[in-house]
Amino acid sequence: MSPTNGAATNSTATLSDLELVQQAKEGNLQAFGELVQRHERKIFRLTQHITGNREDAEDALQETFLKAFSRLSQFQGESQFYTWLVRIAVNESLMKLRRRKARATVSLDEPIQTDGDFLPREHAAWGPNPEQKYQQQELREILDRAVQSLPPLFRAVFVLRDLEELSTDETAQLLQLSVPAVKSRLLRARLQLREKLSKHFRRGAP
Amino acid sequence: MPCKKWIRELSDYLDDDLDPQLKRELEEHVGRCPNCRVIVDTTRLTIQIYRGCEPYPIPSSLHDRLLQALRQRRGGASGGS
Repeated sequence: MSPTNGAATNSTATLSDLELVQQAKEGNLQAFGELVQRHERKIFRLTQHITGNREDAEDALQETFLKAFSRLSQFQGESQFYTWLVRIAVNESLMKLRRRKARATVSLDEPIQTDGDFLPREHAAWGPNPEQKYQQQELREILDRAVQSLPPLFRAVFVLRDLEELSTDETAQLLQLSVPAVKSRLLRARLQLREKLSKHFRRGAP
Repeated sequence: MPCKKWIRELSDYLDDDLDPQLKRELEEHVGRCPNCRVIVDTTRLTIQIYRGCEPYPIPSSLHDRLLQALRQRRGGASGGS
């Protein structure tokens, strides 16, 4: 953020999110820039995982922060600022996903197979410290590819429950699903990811 | 097949959201069933690995575009000042 927009960067870096929000509400764009800096990585990971498309993820990231900035007066501090941001990012990402799916004539809400293929096939134990088998960059690529291969709603549920660590109720509300539907999709997402990662992490895997 | 019943309860078990009686029964089953033990352990590890992996830094060009858009938005909102 440009240093002409208010306090110097090193004076905003020590403030809490709520203090920064207060300053941003008073017109300090630099304070909002610090909030962007703090949260953009996680929000971009979220938009990438939910949209499954790089261009849509970048647009959703930008829209999230622009909307948050425009609606700052509506943020009253009942929740954490980051949680409020996540809500906006989920809505933006789902909108992008629905648009793309509509163009591809595939429904986002297509019925989920409930019983077939339910039992995991891969029963091999993993080696010790499996994530340390790979360089950080390579590990991230393996993890991202596995998430991207899931159906869209599985991805969204997994990201909100296991990466953002939202509750089942919050996830259900954000995705407009029932609690049992969230639980069912989360279980399937976790099992599918486990199966995909087993190829890389099982004992004796190359 | 008894394993299927326990796989259904796996997420609630890992989230520590399982009824205590069911939890005891699941743990007894897992103690006897090597396949289920592997599935419980590796699913738990899957979640841990994802949670432990920090997100990528975003490309600086994307970060700059975002800040530019914010400046424009503020400029527009305040009549270009």
